[in-house]
Amino acid sequence: MTFQYAPAPESTAIVNINSSNDLFINGEFTPGHGNPFKTINPATEEVLAEIAHANEEDVNAAVMAARKAYDKTWSKMSGRDRGKYLFRIARLIQERSRELAVLETLDNGKPIRESRDVDIPIAAAHFFYHAGWADKLEFAGYGDNPRPLGVVAQVIPWNFPLLMLAWKIAPALATGNTVVLKPAETTSLTALLFAEICQQADLPPGVVNIITGAGETGRMLVEHPDVNKVAFTGSTAVGQAIQRQIAGTHKRLTLELGGKAANIVFDDAPIDQAVEGIVNGIFFNQGHVCCAGSRLLLQESIAEQTIDSLKRRLVTLRLGDPLDKNTDIGAINSREQLDRIIDLTKSGEDEGAQRWSPDCVIPQKGFWFAPTVFTNVTQAHRIAREEIFGPVLSVLTFRTPDEAIEKANNTPYGLSAGIWTEKGSRILAMANKVRAGVVWANTFNRFDPTSPFGGYKESGFGREGGVQGLGAYLTSEETS
Amino acid sequence: MIGNDRIEVRKTHKLFVGGAFPRSESGRTYEATNSQGEFLANVAKASRKDARDAVLAARTGFNSWSKATAYNRGQVLYRIAEVMEGRKDQFISDIQDAEAVSAKKATNQTDQAIDRVLWYAGWADKYAQVLGNTNPVSGPFFNFSIPEPTGVVAAVAPADSSLLGLISVIAPIITSGNSVIVIASTASPIPAITLSECLATSDVIAGNINILTGDPAEIMPSLASHGDVNALDLTGITDPELQKALQIEAAGTVKRVRSAPVNPDWQATPSLSRLRAFTEVKTVWHPMGM
Repeated sequence: MTFQYAPAPESTAIVNINSSNDLFINGEFTPGHGNPFKTINPATEEVLAEIAHANEEDVNAAVMAARKAYDKTWSKMSGRDRGKYLFRIARLIQERSRELAVLETLDNGKPIRESRDVDIPIAAAHFFYHAGWADKLEFAGYGDNPRPLGVVAQVIPWNFPLLMLAWKIAPALATGNTVVLKPAETTSLTALLFAEICQQADLPPGVVNIITGAGETGRMLVEHPDVNKVAFTGSTAVGQAIQRQIAGTHKRLTLELGGKAANIVFDDAPIDQAVEGIVNGIFFNQGHVCCAGSRLLLQESIAEQTIDSLKRRLVTLRLGDPLDKNTDIGAINSREQLDRIIDLTKSGEDEGAQRWSPDCVIPQKGFWFAPTVFTNVTQAHRIAREEIFGPVLSVLTFRTPDEAIEKANNTPYGLSAGIWTEKGSRILAMANKVRAGVVWANTFNRFDPTSPFGGYKESGFGREGGVQGLGAYLTSEETS
Repeated sequence: MIGNDRIEVRKTHKLFVGGAFPRSESGRTYEATNSQGEFLANVAKASRKDARDAVLAARTGFNSWSKATAYNRGQVLYRIAEVMEGRKDQFISDIQDAEAVSAKKATNQTDQAIDRVLWYAGWADKYAQVLGNTNPVSGPFFNFSIPEPTGVVAAVAPADSSLLGLISVIAPIITSGNSVIVIASTASPIPAITLSECLATSDVIAGNINILTGDPAEIMPSLASHGDVNALDLTGITDPELQKALQIEAAGTVKRVRSAPVNPDWQATPSLSRLRAFTEVKTVWHPMGM
């Protein structure tokens, strides 16, 4: 006998999407001067709204507003008072959490279970955590008189729209900087709702400015001469372009870029727990996660058994309506991203890896990709080297811990890694040897505002979260 | 007394790469002079190939040095200070020749340089306690963050402080477990060569510290674009165009870049910013449960 799930869709009545949306500059919603663009629901391909496109004039206005707010208000305000605004914002995110979760799922395609239980609560937590830092910065280890940098340009990706906004804005404001933030082109809506939250919080005008647009808007923002710091999360290629753009300037830079994390399972690992971790590692958020465990390294003696368990587990995953509370795998965020996933998975087959997906019904409309596992993958395959940013797992095997380390580190990336073993000394030794900024042992894809996040090597530099994350937004007197 | 007329045995001034003292593979030298322009010595002029060889040595050195215990790294740094103390007179005379400063100033710079090594020696087993911590995450997890060395760092020593400036660049890089390829002051390279002789006898792991003499404008671009260099310290780069060009090259493999400081004061007690610049924070999560 098989059980059927009844549909359990979350109501969209709570959100009210404006048919056309302005930029948020100097505390007010202001029309943009570029050609507006449309944002769609990737699960249905229906147009959700029209979004303003910031051109050079708008970028200038936003940076000018941020500068004025920095000079006149924010840099002069006591840390205690800045903290109070951050507390207000955190509370407002909590108060409007369901609305934000539904809107995020509509615009991004991620399951409501994830936007409701992960994205929005952690976004609020980031504001709470940083609120408390605002009046304690001299205790953070950056000298006796840490000072803000000024106007910060922030460009964020589409995979965790509001959460990435929180990771960027909360530490910037706590440290006394003002912000111009550009959300990703396909996911502007929660950033604009956040702008409303800033208004409800009575945040002084210009402290946060949100400008919507595509890559060109981001480039103009990053290159603006009155910007003191750039914080970017996105692809390594764009991160490199930004590093080149700001060469020769005094702008500070932090980059959180791509990854190709190894998730390493030893023969003494609790296999059922590890399988849950593998699934969470690569199929969370449709694999649109820079720290996704996209390379599964299995010790040879348990490889077959683990792959069998994994396949059994994947058969139970539910792909479909992101608003359904039982959905595990939502929609791929855009046609462009779907095409990239299709291209890379095709290369996997062409290069000789073995492809497997569970039987699942793919909806007629929207952008979808079934969870996919490749076995017989070698380190030379594109699917083992390039970031796919989709629900695609490449399985490799190893015999010894040394071989596991060798393979795990055989990538230009170094964002995250997973280790599964019951042996404590092995966890610590592996964690020590893997060249990655975040190591999850017997767990995966955990995030917390107190816990610094960021990469080694070509996964970028700088940390977000924790006491280390404050350093990205502070300067102190240096003698040499 | 004929003893005073003894003809001295002069030294060949070479590079320090992989724990050995090679000449430049290019066979080139340049004249090091004092500030009056008088000839002091012919010094090896490192080529791009020498720089690449130094990267290879530095990577090998990193693989051992980064695994050394913090206690051991501190011991090696203390040892460098001890050996430098024994060569103090030579450093003073080198600095006087190179920078045309008084004996008092040269002595002061040497004292400070030795003390700076000592300062960093003490940090080797402490900086991780100051820059790392546990994180009280909201959930049943033990979570900690520790700084780890970035890898191979290519550095340019300041032109004007031929020993103290050089030491102030090298010491923080190696204290955390990195390897360094440093280009000595082009105008005043001889104190750096004397330093390399101290390093060679101080239990420094071969390849951990590599000192090149020559022109940063010639050598640095190949280090800035080298795939096995993780970070750049541009302290001694005063030409803004060169600094910009190196920053652009660095983006190719997302290198960490510490730009040239404005009016550095080498006498002042350093901040931790140099140690921090060449470390990576690693965060480890583990569930807690019975």
